Order: sequence, then C-alpha cells, then structure tokens
Amino acid sequence: MTDIAPTADALLMAKPAPRSRNMGQIIRWLLLFIGGIIMVMPIAYMISTSLKWPHEVYNVNLIPEDPTTENYTYVLEDGRFYWWFVNSVIIATITTICNLLFDSLVGYTLCKFRFPGRTIVFIAILSTLMIPTEMLVIPWYLMSQSFGWLDSYWGIMFPGLMTAFGTFLMKQFFESVPDDFIEAARIDGLNELQIWWTVAMPLVKPALAALAIFVFLGNWTAFLWPLIVTNSVDMYTIPVGLSGFGDEADVAWELIMTGAAISTIPTLVVFLIFQRFIIRGVVMAGLKG
Amino acid sequence: MYRNLTIRQKQIVWAWAFLALPVLFYTVIRFYPTGNAILISFQDWNLLGSRTWAGLENYEKLWNDPVFWKVFQNTFVYLLLGTPISLVLSFVIAYHLDRLRFMHGFLRMLYFLPFMTSAVAMAWVWRWFYQDVPIGLFNNILAGFGIPQIAFLQSTTNALPAVLAPAVWAGLGFQVIIFMAGLRAIPTSYYEAAKIDGVGWFTVLTQITIPLLRPTIVFIVVFSSIGFLRIFDHVFNMTTNNPGGPLNATKPLVLMIYDTAFNGFDMGYAAAQTVVLFVILLIVSLIQLRLLRSN
Repeated sequence: MTDIAPTADALLMAKPAPRSRNMGQIIRWLLLFIGGIIMVMPIAYMISTSLKWPHEVYNVNLIPEDPTTENYTYVLEDGRFYWWFVNSVIIATITTICNLLFDSLVGYTLCKFRFPGRTIVFIAILSTLMIPTEMLVIPWYLMSQSFGWLDSYWGIMFPGLMTAFGTFLMKQFFESVPDDFIEAARIDGLNELQIWWTVAMPLVKPALAALAIFVFLGNWTAFLWPLIVTNSVDMYTIPVGLSGFGDEADVAWELIMTGAAISTIPTLVVFLIFQRFIIRGVVMAGLKG
Repeated sequence: MYRNLTIRQKQIVWAWAFLALPVLFYTVIRFYPTGNAILISFQDWNLLGSRTWAGLENYEKLWNDPVFWKVFQNTFVYLLLGTPISLVLSFVIAYHLDRLRFMHGFLRMLYFLPFMTSAVAMAWVWRWFYQDVPIGLFNNILAGFGIPQIAFLQSTTNALPAVLAPAVWAGLGFQVIIFMAGLRAIPTSYYEAAKIDGVGWFTVLTQITIPLLRPTIVFIVVFSSIGFLRIFDHVFNMTTNNPGGPLNATKPLVLMIYDTAFNGFDMGYAAAQTVVLFVILLIVSLIQLRLLRSN
C-alpha cells in the first residue's frame, strides 16, 4: 500500500494549501503524534523498567537514571526463559514452514485443478473457519492424552499445522498465476509437483511472506492451547512461561517487565526492519483472507 | 498403469495425491473434534471417572448457573464496549492519518507497533500500570497531581474496562491499517466531483467516504467482534491471583470454559459451554453480516 500512497496523497493535498488549512494540518499532525506516543508508551515503559535498578522501578520517569542490564542477566541466568525462548522459536518456525507448504499446496490444487470433489473439499475447509479453537481444545486435549502427545512439541504444534485462513489466502493469490505458464511447464515435461514448486510458488512470494508473518506471530504469541497441553516447565512456550513467572509471589515487577520485553522485542525488531513489507502483508492478508 | 491414463485422469490423481494428507488433517484435527465436542456436551464426564450419557443435563445446569449468566453478560459487555470503541478510534485515526504526509510512515509505525506485541506480555505490563501506589504507574501519576487513587483491577466496576483497554489498544493498529487501505481504495474521482460541486467535508465524509467503506467496516466489525467474544489472554493474565475476579466481574466465557475443563475437569459441562460459545459466535457474525451488508 505504500506504493499507492503517493498518488492518493497527491490527489488529496497537491494544491498549495491555504494558510488556515495549514494551521489545521499542524494541529492534526500534533494530535496524531501525541496519540501515537501514547500508543507506544506501554512498550516504552516495559523496556525502560526492564533497564532500571529495583529502587527506581516505581518512579514514573521513562528514562532510567542509571540503566542496567542486570535484570536481563538475572532472568537469563535463571535458565527457564532461555528454554522457553528456544521452544517458542522451534514451534513457531516449524509451524510456519508447515503452513507455507501445505496451505499453498492445497490452495494451488483447489485453484488450478479440476477434479471431482473439488467444491466439497473447498467448502469443507472454508467452513472450519467458523469453528472456534476454544471448542476444539477439549477434544484435542483428550486426543493428546490418549496418544501421549501431552507436554511435547508435537502436542503444542499439531492443531496449527494447516489453517483454512492460509489455504484460502493462497488460493486467492494463485488465481493471479496464468494458466498458460502451467500449461507450458506441462508441455516441457515437468510433473505437477515440480510445476507447483518451480513455476507457481515463486510467483506468489509476497503472499507467502504475508502468510509467514501471520502464522509466525500467531504461534509466537499463542497462549490458550500451549497453556493446556504443556505441564512441565521445560516445555513451556514464552507466553505460558511468562504467565507463570509473573504469578510467582516473590518475583519483582522489573523482572516481569524484563521477561515481557524478552518475549516482545524479537517481533518488534523484525517489524522495524521489515516495516513496509509487513504492513503490506497485513493488508493483503486482511483484505484477501 | 499411470501412463495409460488420460491427461484429465492424471490431473485427478495428482489433485487427490496433493490433498490426501490435508484432507486427513482437516478430518481428524478439525471435524472429528467438532463432532466430539458436541457429543461430550451431552455426556457427564469427570475425566477420571466414567463417561455416561446425560442428555441435556449440562445445558440445563448451564441455564440455571448464575455464574454462567454473569459470564454471558461480561462476554457481551466486552463485545459491546470493545467493538464500537475500537471501530470509532481506528476510523478517526486512519481518516486523519490518511491526510498527512509529514512523517506519515513514522506515525503509522507508532500506531501499528502494539499489534506486534504478545497479549500475555502486554497484559502484565498493563497489570503493573494498574497497581496501587507506590507500585502502579497510573496511580503514581495521579498521586503526582494530587488526584485520589483509582482501584482498577480490584474494583468490580472498573476491572472489566481495565482489562478491556489493553485488548483494544493491541488491536487498534491493525484496524487503522485496514481502514487506511480501504480509504486509499476509494476512487479519487468521487472526491474530485465533490470538490467541483463545492460540497463540505462533513457531507463528503457521510455521503461518500463512509458508504464506500462499507466492506472495510463489515470486515473490521466482524473480525473485532469475534476477537472480543473470545477474549481470554488479557483476562487470564491480569487476574491470575483470582482468575476472572473480583467476584467474576471480568470473567469471559472462554475463561469459564478453561476453568471448568482444566481446573474442574468437568469435561461435559465445559463442552456444553464451548457449544454455546460456538453458537454465539455464529449468530453474532451472521447478524452483523446481515445488518451491514444490506441496504
């Protein structure tokens, strides 16, 4: 959307604005700026408090007088956050890869193949969008219990390996891949799997990136199911671990803020690096999905 | 054998080969559990004990449970406060942000940043904000101005809005971005025509912008309503010492489900609650789609 921003802006404000309008623009900018600062305040205070010494934590100043990384050292030396972080990275990464592969394969098949049962499969997958996760957690739990999946990576991951949202998103984007390309590849003697992987997939890279962002962020912050399925401290993901950590009676607020910062900073950094790209992806996924 | 097939038949074979695993997945991980949840809702099952048929007993129990009605009410308060507030705020922000060029990208980033945070982490940050003097930020600021303290999470009236605030805050950036994309999608010829006719900004807003944004508004309303009806992470983490408290003042349906199933192990009763949640989500989305799509 940043591509079309200049055109839209030009049409709205190209004319030299009269003086009074300029004043209006300044007020508008100031108000939005103040609003924006308020929006990031919770994040700013989280980071600031994680850098404060205990005696300073309850002062309302945003900039620590004497910044320290002591809290991070303490929390990481404790060891648990380190494991939770590793667990979250592994789970979110594997789930994202699975979604990219399967959602796009299914989306591609539903978009480009004509076969009996196509409509039924499409409607069936789409209809799962209406089933809330909360309704499934009890059966998933019972299932995990009988198959011994409780408290394992597989147990945390299996419900999210494919999503109807991703399938639908990818199907929409494969519509833009010309059938001629696929025909040409077929004549060249590629099999269908090769065509999907080497011809179609490279053409929908932006959609794959958008899907990857959504799935990764969703799994990184997922709480309810990991909370249910894990019970040993070693298997917790970051949100589950942080929740329990915060609840320990003797834990100080600056340490909780440090834990919160550890769980939030990675996604914030990724966002700041790929900002335009991510916003575009969110819009694509939001509007097409 | 494969060689003897026609091109069309080969296509069918490939299609089903690609779909085999996913179809299995959706059947076993989505459809079977859905049916199972409905089935369990008609059973009496303590997880450890035996599983017996209970008919509508769980639903009757739910109907007569005062806690359920309190929770039901809370869930709808989350929805009826959260959705309009976030809709109006995000529209106002997007509408004005769309008109600015100076540091546009920076301002947009400020509004979007909270969307990239984790609900659990931010629930703890806000929980800290809400503590009493000398701990909590809000009350410390109030004390600095000599204003009396506000009990946020301990008060039965203030706790629910206090829990809702971070949920609205975290979702706002996403809605702003979607609204801005919607605003950009409106053909500029409409605005040019309005300008030539000398129509005022308010008329342009109500006669052109808002009607043409209808699809965007529908999307945001349905999307955020589903989010507020399923609120859990924020409530759970801001009230861990007394989940859903004080006195169930903040307890939403999902927290009641979690409690019943994984603290009370009353699977049948919890399953009945999930069925109710499913029905509520379905009805609310359908009503909204109906109301907002028509006329």
